[in-house]
Amino acid sequence: MIALPHVRTSRWAALTAVVTTSALLTACGSGGGDAGGGTGQPRSGGTLTFAVGSDSGCVDPQQVASNETIYSVRQIVDSLTDQDPKTGKIVPWLAKSWDVSPDATTFTFHLRSGVTFSDGSKLTAQVVKDNFDAVPKLGALGTLAEGYLSGVKSTTVVDPLTVKVTFSQPNAQFLQATSTHSLGIESSASVKKTPQQKCSDGVTGSGPFVLKQYVQNQSLTLARRTGYAWGSSLWSKKGEAYLDKLVFKVVPEAGVRAGSLQSGQVDAVASVGKANEAALKGGQVTLQRRANPGVVFGLGLNNSRPLFKDAKVRQAILHAIDRQQIADTVFPTGTRPATSVLAHTTPDYTDLASGLTFDASKAKSLLDAAGWKTGSDGIRAKGGQKLSLTIKWFPNAATNQPALELVQQQLKAVGVDVALKQLQVTQFAPTLQSGDYDAVWGNVTRADPDILRSSFSTELANFYHLPPSSLDTALSEQAATVDPAKRRQLVGEAQQLIVQNAYYAPVVELQTQLGVSKKVHDLDFDASSRLQLHDTWIG
Amino acid sequence: MRRYVIKRLAQAVGVLWAAYTVSFLVLDYLPGDPVTAMASAGMDSGQVDPQQIAALRHEYGFDKPVLVQYAEYLGRAVRGDFGDSVSTGRAVTSTLADALPQTLQLTGTALLLAVLLGGGLAVVATYTTQRWLRQLLLSLPPLGVSVPTFWVGLLLVELFSFRLHWFPAFGNDGLRGLVLPALTLAVPTGAQVAQVLAKSLLTALDQAYIETARAKGADRWRVHLRHALRNASLPALTVVGLLVGQLIAGSVVVETVFSRDGLGRVTAAAVTAQDIPLVQGVVVFGALIFVTTNLVVDLVYPLLDPRIVVASNGRAALA
Repeated sequence: MIALPHVRTSRWAALTAVVTTSALLTACGSGGGDAGGGTGQPRSGGTLTFAVGSDSGCVDPQQVASNETIYSVRQIVDSLTDQDPKTGKIVPWLAKSWDVSPDATTFTFHLRSGVTFSDGSKLTAQVVKDNFDAVPKLGALGTLAEGYLSGVKSTTVVDPLTVKVTFSQPNAQFLQATSTHSLGIESSASVKKTPQQKCSDGVTGSGPFVLKQYVQNQSLTLARRTGYAWGSSLWSKKGEAYLDKLVFKVVPEAGVRAGSLQSGQVDAVASVGKANEAALKGGQVTLQRRANPGVVFGLGLNNSRPLFKDAKVRQAILHAIDRQQIADTVFPTGTRPATSVLAHTTPDYTDLASGLTFDASKAKSLLDAAGWKTGSDGIRAKGGQKLSLTIKWFPNAATNQPALELVQQQLKAVGVDVALKQLQVTQFAPTLQSGDYDAVWGNVTRADPDILRSSFSTELANFYHLPPSSLDTALSEQAATVDPAKRRQLVGEAQQLIVQNAYYAPVVELQTQLGVSKKVHDLDFDASSRLQLHDTWIG
Repeated sequence: MRRYVIKRLAQAVGVLWAAYTVSFLVLDYLPGDPVTAMASAGMDSGQVDPQQIAALRHEYGFDKPVLVQYAEYLGRAVRGDFGDSVSTGRAVTSTLADALPQTLQLTGTALLLAVLLGGGLAVVATYTTQRWLRQLLLSLPPLGVSVPTFWVGLLLVELFSFRLHWFPAFGNDGLRGLVLPALTLAVPTGAQVAQVLAKSLLTALDQAYIETARAKGADRWRVHLRHALRNASLPALTVVGLLVGQLIAGSVVVETVFSRDGLGRVTAAAVTAQDIPLVQGVVVFGALIFVTTNLVVDLVYPLLDPRIVVASNGRAALA
């Protein structure tokens, strides 16, 4: 889902916008129909056709990391727990309850009885153990799931419906991890297959839908699981799902997706960018939005660079960026400017907007105080050296380049010279590891604040090359804290330290935007801003 | 004739090897490798554990010296084994075999449309005695060559799918789904056929034998089709051979715009993921189709123009 097509897609998207605004807008009123609003009783039956932009070529929930494939394959499996998108609280699903040791190293799950996989086999503690034992061996595609289980010492069967997972170090994030698709539970037969077989043939789960057909790059069809009776405690409908069938069509071109929704060829579309909003406004379509939890889009500063060793320079950058302008100009409507290093949908997010204000004069005085004086060309210099930096970026989202061009202008206005350098997406990881950058542009989606530890702890990969500090203590303590209030406080402290010290320059939240036909009801976001389709109905 | 065919086959093998080697070197030169590409897919920020990547790279053999990797891949490719796609784990040959029928259907239809429409346009444009009509018709091919394919595709979808609801906007289903993509792909191809054919028809019509035919009392239409077109079609046929390569390349764009499965989509995905085995398979396969078509075109020349014989020195030549 990466380099070459994306560049083209954005260009095509712009062109489609031109085509559609000139031609389609006139046709907008002719949508017809009377399916106005969410009136009427939910009813069973029907097929939901959903157009996504890409196919990751793998239909194993444990190995899929791309949102657009998660939408579909997530429906095949259930997880031990679920996460309330409103509160971030972990609630029962396949596990009716659980105990976590006070040091957050041991997690004991008490499974629900009577759960079966679609091949007829039963859910037992042994099946869960088989799953967790297999995850570390998933290989390259399983990095998400492997990360959640890293440091696992053992998974043991306590009794047929009780399973215990022990870690060598405190690992508070694991509870939230059990709610993700990556740790969705598959049948023992599926777990025994090789990761590649699971990818291409699909897996057997206990979820509300069963994989019927998968045609690579083309479509994925799911059918309702009959007899399903163990839905997440968050779902409003008990028992089986409403819809008979879910058909996911792969439609790479954003303009074609929008037109197909507008002309009724599909019921919902993924990844609606700003360019296609106009085409979908009015008529029979609702735009549904939710910010992705996790670390917001921003500049990851290389704190080991001499320039960024001075906190004043980092703070100046923080205040020189006009987040609102970037959110309004480049990103889909409703995108929020960053108000912390975490997006507001992340559990334990703390509002730090006052520390992230756009204040060009403050930025200028910080730079003055740091000894960088404005030269004749408007660019600051100190000791004969220009205040310039290079931002490396990767074409994994169409919004990256326009957003960074604005950042470039805004920083120039306070006397910082910025060069933008585009790299291949495959160079992202190596660039972070080698530390060969001044600043990189990116974000990370995760509905648990532990993502701060993966990103900023100097005890782990330390991508941004931070010096050891009290931030490390806060981050490792939150990983060892089970008490929600205490963890919240530690996570808040960590966010404050990151923003105050400007280790990272938060810019905007990533927002997922879907286009959904008005005849489709209760198509809901889960806590990770992906989809829950059990309660969805057409009427 | 046999020596000629053998020689051409040897050349074809050389072309295939060159295509294989160049694509391998280009892919190797690209920064990153398939393992990093896979491991960072969906990890929005490339925050992947470096040790994990190193271990995987070793597992897939990407830590070996380039030459060793090249020799290993080539050795297997010669035996028809292109290995497994790194990103999906499926055998490259079966991935290609699945995608091929869709693309053949698309490019075949597009080629047919291109020849019929382009050829028709050239014939009518050179036949008509209306100056304005001829000017108008002859100005269409340059236009067809210069407008971008994806733009034509989006316009057609907008009009015939979103507004008139005649054809589906995406998918591989049935004949109805084939019309718009084939038409899109046929526009630049047909335009080139028309350009070349019109030019050679005009040249042919100036020849003395046309005068002779007319003097013998053949009617204009007969002279145009039987005498002029037959001779004029040779350069057009050469172009068609070359256009096959262009059609396959064009399928990358058309299959993406129309969400069709096929070689084009496979190619785009493979390049993006730096899926070396799959890209190699696509390159060699594409080269194979191209080489074969041009070989067939060369062998067809003598059938169209008896004056062309395949000389014993292995070259097609005018006798």
